[in-house]
Amino acid sequence: MKRSVIDILDLSTAELEELIATAEDIIANPDKYAHACDRRILATLFFEPSTRTRMSFEAAMYELGGHVISVSSAGSSSAAKGESVADTAKTVSCYADIIAMRHPKEGAAYVAATNASIPVINAGDGGHCHPTQTLADLLTIWREKRRFEGLTIGLCGDLKFGRTVHSLINAMTRYNGNRFVLISPEELKVPSYVKRGSLKKYNIPYTQTTDLEAAMPELDILYMTRIQRERFFNEEDYLRLKDSYILTPDKLRNAKPDLSILHPLPRVNEISVAIDDDPRACYFKQVLNGKYMRMALILKLLKEAGRL
Amino acid sequence: MNIDSIQNGVVIDHIKAGQGMKLYHLLKLDETELSVAIIRNVTSGKMGKKDIIKIDADIPLNLDIVAYVDPGATVNIIRSGELVEKRQMELPEILTDVLYCKNPRCITSTEQELHHVFKLEDREKKVYRCLYCETKAGG
Repeated sequence: MKRSVIDILDLSTAELEELIATAEDIIANPDKYAHACDRRILATLFFEPSTRTRMSFEAAMYELGGHVISVSSAGSSSAAKGESVADTAKTVSCYADIIAMRHPKEGAAYVAATNASIPVINAGDGGHCHPTQTLADLLTIWREKRRFEGLTIGLCGDLKFGRTVHSLINAMTRYNGNRFVLISPEELKVPSYVKRGSLKKYNIPYTQTTDLEAAMPELDILYMTRIQRERFFNEEDYLRLKDSYILTPDKLRNAKPDLSILHPLPRVNEISVAIDDDPRACYFKQVLNGKYMRMALILKLLKEAGRL
Repeated sequence: MNIDSIQNGVVIDHIKAGQGMKLYHLLKLDETELSVAIIRNVTSGKMGKKDIIKIDADIPLNLDIVAYVDPGATVNIIRSGELVEKRQMELPEILTDVLYCKNPRCITSTEQELHHVFKLEDREKKVYRCLYCETKAGG
């Protein structure tokens, strides 16, 4: 049966475990998967600029032995001629076996999924959801901590528009014993609907602060985010807030020795390059993990759709 | 129109006082040629005051709109001068083209052919969220 993934919550915790197990198997036995998607086609429809997510999906499909067809900007597609997302999804369904789509408008992936006859993976719909980034985050947490429970997770930066933050909160509130420390400027706090919909709903302990250094000693995971220029309507607000948090070696002085530092990338300057060599820096591992989880997800959805 | 002598039509009763006109517009009754009576601030034993809308024609109404504006309203169907059906309202789980998403980042802001669909999140607080972008209605 055709199925799409728009939100991380479209996947149960059992399915997340299944994807992680597949990803681990891919890492251990890459040759086993080298022809898993022979003659299958992934369409990457990217109506908003992206480097790593599009490349990650494309690399994932190539490593599975499949093919990729691609739209890499709205200007080079019929969207520029005014074609609707629904029509694009129906058309691309005739060419490909699975779609990965990024679109600047929130809900665009849902529209594509309800109109396509093939599985659609949301590769980011505006500030709304970005489930495959969360898959990358989860595999990274799993590989670093070997557990999803009993963690103190610090989220720092743009917690308002940061879709990866919302998805990660939604994913990690499903496990026991986690607590969150939400570190952001006042203007970029986690929206109340996210707090109400997951943290408060499941009675998950959380604190909100503007002080990264004060929060540092208790954290098992520090998830840094970029202040996203493209989400601001007002350039002045962006300029005022963009350097709110810059992680430097100095600020890690009181951090746990087994802290894991994650970042969905790209970074602008919120993590100093001096931290890249710190064993606690996991953000480039996260990029690689993202590719493995996308491979696992493509495999799962193609199998469920009867296309493998 | 003699409001007591509807032969075939619809009477929306027990509307919270002050909501009658809103309902009249949302049901687009202002766009019809039908005989419609809006009776405002009628004394009611239970409600103190209430509004009533009487429509002198048996037309299909979007009851989701009635239920959304006032879940306490009742819709009475009159045929041949007799009350044939009395419907109690309750907040619908899904509202289609009743509310409109105001989020400028929502896909519905650019794709005009899409229906505006909202899902009920909190029945007690009457909170609806856009199906596409999850923005709260009215937010």
